[in-house]
Amino acid sequence: MECNVKGELNGSKLTITIEGEIDHHTARGLRQKIDELLYYYRPAKTALDLSSVAFMDSSGLGLILGRFTLARELGGELMLTDPNESVSKVLELAGTSRLIKIEKTAVKGNSK
Amino acid sequence: MKKLTNEVRCKFSAISENESFARSLAVTFASQASPTITQLADIKCAVSEAVTNCIVHAYGGNGGTVDMTMRRYDNGEIVVTVKDKGIGIEDVKAAREPLFTTDTTGERSGMGFSIMESMTDSLRVKSTPGKGTSVTMKIRVGVGE
Repeated sequence: MECNVKGELNGSKLTITIEGEIDHHTARGLRQKIDELLYYYRPAKTALDLSSVAFMDSSGLGLILGRFTLARELGGELMLTDPNESVSKVLELAGTSRLIKIEKTAVKGNSK
Repeated sequence: MKKLTNEVRCKFSAISENESFARSLAVTFASQASPTITQLADIKCAVSEAVTNCIVHAYGGNGGTVDMTMRRYDNGEIVVTVKDKGIGIEDVKAAREPLFTTDTTGERSGMGFSIMESMTDSLRVKSTPGKGTSVTMKIRVGVGE
């Protein structure tokens, strides 16, 4: 199972799109790719676009919290966009929104 | 009295590649009971957590075997048991607390058991240190959410 990462810088905002399933197996590779982008661009704002994440378990929570911490250490902020219903459920169970901003954008919707 | 209508048992290597395999298997099995999309997503996530626990914690990434049994009953109940013969859990009560983790890298959330508990109707954890752990999850499907 593959999980892909794509980074796009727009001004000072970096959008990192994750595609596929986030579990313990894929989290390691994702962590490496996302960290490379964060270290390279050191953006003021980072949006982790979750609209193409079909599945996520608690390994994804660890991944997100770790990246949130790294983004802060590098002087930036990290937010999440467009998690689907099942991913949102996992995020809610961990109370993620108390720490990290979660935004639903109108463009991609929430149909997955 | 509920009647067993189907049973599938499989053993697989405790390697991370098999996390998605276990999820797919659970989804295929549970689909026979006509679950809702949400119930299916819950089963998928709960099984993923249980199997990941075996790979990461029970065997510490050093191989081993995961034994997964799935049973379906005529009352709509799906029962999934995930067993390992790994290091076991010293304090099951503490391990089931939200945010509990033995990980020191900061990359594990400690939410595995909480997610299993939230996404199933019941969760039973039996463990013997040095011998292994058995996690049994029950979820009623096809009976409304």
